[in-house]
Amino acid sequence: MGLLDYFRNSGRNRGSASVAKERLQILVAHDRAARDRPSYLPKLQQEILAVIRKYVDVDMNAVSVNYEQEDSQEILELNIVLPDAAGRT
Amino acid sequence: MARVIVITSGKGGVGKTTTAAAMAMGLAQRGNRTVVIDFDVGLRNLDLIMGCERRVVYDFVNVINGEANLNQALIRDKRCDGLYVLPASQTRDKDALTVEGVGQVLEDLGKSHDYIVCDSPAGIEHGATMAMYFADDAVVVTNPEVSSVRDSDRMLGILSSKSRRAESNEEPIREHLLLTRYSPERVARGEMLSLEDVQEILSLNLLGVIPESQAVLNASNAGVPVILSSDSDAGQAYGDMVSRFLGEDVPMRFLEAGKKGLFSRIFGG
Ligand SMILES: Nc1ncnc2c1ncn2[C@@H]1O[C@H](COP(=O)(O)OP(=O)(O)O)[C@@H](O)[C@H]1O
Ligand SMILES: [Mg+2]
Repeated sequence: MGLLDYFRNSGRNRGSASVAKERLQILVAHDRAARDRPSYLPKLQQEILAVIRKYVDVDMNAVSVNYEQEDSQEILELNIVLPDAAGRT
Repeated sequence: MARVIVITSGKGGVGKTTTAAAMAMGLAQRGNRTVVIDFDVGLRNLDLIMGCERRVVYDFVNVINGEANLNQALIRDKRCDGLYVLPASQTRDKDALTVEGVGQVLEDLGKSHDYIVCDSPAGIEHGATMAMYFADDAVVVTNPEVSSVRDSDRMLGILSSKSRRAESNEEPIREHLLLTRYSPERVARGEMLSLEDVQEILSLNLLGVIPESQAVLNASNAGVPVILSSDSDAGQAYGDMVSRFLGEDVPMRFLEAGKKGLFSRIFGG
């Protein structure tokens, strides 16, 4: 390794610390989002599924509940895949 | 009523006990009636760091169970007036700490003290949550290292939800960051997260930065809180930290890599 490379590599941004920082920023944001997620979501999902099952035969995997928090709003997204006509009771 | 300070971290081995001993001694040195409690039931070592391990007769769990009263269990520090240690039990399991029991002991201690410093065990299990439940202040001890920073962030989540203050909708716990085992040389080489990196991620009120120091090892070998090694870098950094906690405006020290000649800088000496 030449002397010039040594100087380049010794810069703060080239070390493993900057990689650590980037990884942490993503990880911590993710942790925080999970922490703040309302705890009623699993139950909500179950109850919605129960209501839908009164009419159509869907399984657990057919309902997905997504919750997202943006700066000023919260979005609750429900996605239900209904079976084709044969499956309806 | 005393102010209750919890010394906490998610990860083990980051310097909580070292910090609890130093902070309690520092508060007492400044004339505050202080008691430091070991919440690490089963793995006690605050008594060793405080140098009173041979004077332990009764412990925290004995007091909670009514097998001893507080005056019997408290160990008076011989170096500093107004400082007491309440050791943990070596033999019981952590479930011996109940909310009612801990609350009662803190209430009794609060009548005759200014500060109660709680040395928390690592983790997010029962012992740790008991140590933080009644806190007014939390010192989140963090090393400049990925797993420690992440675990500190998790602790912040728990502090803001599972505490007496949170449950009764009082003013939240005051949270402070203490960065320990900091090595300015390694930061300068880009090998270690810098103070700025950690603050950017956790954004907490910074109480201090304690350098990685041989003085800490020497102090624990001798059973003397490192803050009493007043000519050492770590001892001084802990002194500054206590002053800041008490509201003084003290500049940060020991953040720069030691001044070295050009030669050793180039060749990494
Ligand atoms: N600033 C420091 N410099 C060097 N060693 C330290 C420093 N702080 C703590 N240590 C060492 O790290 C180890 C863990 O410290 P301790 O205070 O027992 O942590 P915890 O209570 O969080 O498990 C001990 O061996 C201690 O001597
Ligand atoms: Mg400890």
